[in-house]
Amino acid sequence: MDEEWYDEDAGPVVRPYAVTGGRTRPAANRALELVALVSTTAHGRAMLRNLDPEQQDIVLLCQHIQSIAEISAQLSLPVGVARVLVGDMIDAGLVHVTRPTRPTERPDVALMEKVLDGLQTL
Amino acid sequence: MDFRPSRTNTTGSALNPVKIIIAGGFGAGKTTFVGAVSEIPPLTTEAALTSASLGIDDTSQVSAKTTTTVAMDFGRITLLDSVILYLFGTPGQDRFWFMWDELVLGAIGAIVLVDTRRLSDSFPAVDYFEERDIPFLVAVNQFDGSKAYTLDDVRNALDIDARRPIVFCDARRRESVRQALIALVRHALDVVAAETRQRGLLSEASAHVD
Repeated sequence: MDEEWYDEDAGPVVRPYAVTGGRTRPAANRALELVALVSTTAHGRAMLRNLDPEQQDIVLLCQHIQSIAEISAQLSLPVGVARVLVGDMIDAGLVHVTRPTRPTERPDVALMEKVLDGLQTL
Repeated sequence: MDFRPSRTNTTGSALNPVKIIIAGGFGAGKTTFVGAVSEIPPLTTEAALTSASLGIDDTSQVSAKTTTTVAMDFGRITLLDSVILYLFGTPGQDRFWFMWDELVLGAIGAIVLVDTRRLSDSFPAVDYFEERDIPFLVAVNQFDGSKAYTLDDVRNALDIDARRPIVFCDARRRESVRQALIALVRHALDVVAAETRQRGLLSEASAHVD
């Protein structure tokens, strides 16, 4: 088909994070959610010594899964800065991210029922 | 490059992050509530705002070019099936509505904590969630000796719809907090069921295919 292969959900082809240059906000669309879960990849661990101090902190912290909000709080970084740093690190394969399946809507019924079950057995 | 964030959950990962918003006036017990059930001590994250981000009305309090930080307290509960529930306390000052807008995006719903000694402090939060059709319930925080009001008193004072749950809650007690969270998720599921019924009726009428 003649249409472009990506849609608006795919985001820009060159991710804004790739050219951050000190900006503290990724372009408005598709900022990582506060609850997006970040975990260090094997590549991230292997690269540890070559990373900037902030990236090292994130690689070490995210050996246990952490949300963007937790990274921000634990490392005393404003949320916007944590987002940009993690965005760069995703592109470099240093961390892996799990985002909410429906970032702008309520979770689906199946997931809410899981939450309910989980709270009831807590 | 499969390590890029994708719209759908990344393959091989069954993790599901979800969130519930804890709102209420300053001192209503939001952080206590979060701390009672969180598996980590409540954390505070800060979003830096320049004065340009603040409303013009607020410049009386914020001199030009200063940076204000908006603090949000939050906690985390790991549930079964790799569901990780985050509880976010709303920033204390109601004027930071734009922060709320991001916080509520994708949330299951909200709990508005009410201190009966300062009922009017909870009006803005109640209005906010009502206007946006976000499932929420009212939890009347039981401070020592503050049982002077019945739930009906509070419902009337806040003008809360009869179908909306309103519960007593002791934000210091884990079990009480857990019950409030359960009541909220039940309510959110009820809301979805009602919406689904309504959509069903509409689509029957228009034979709309999704």
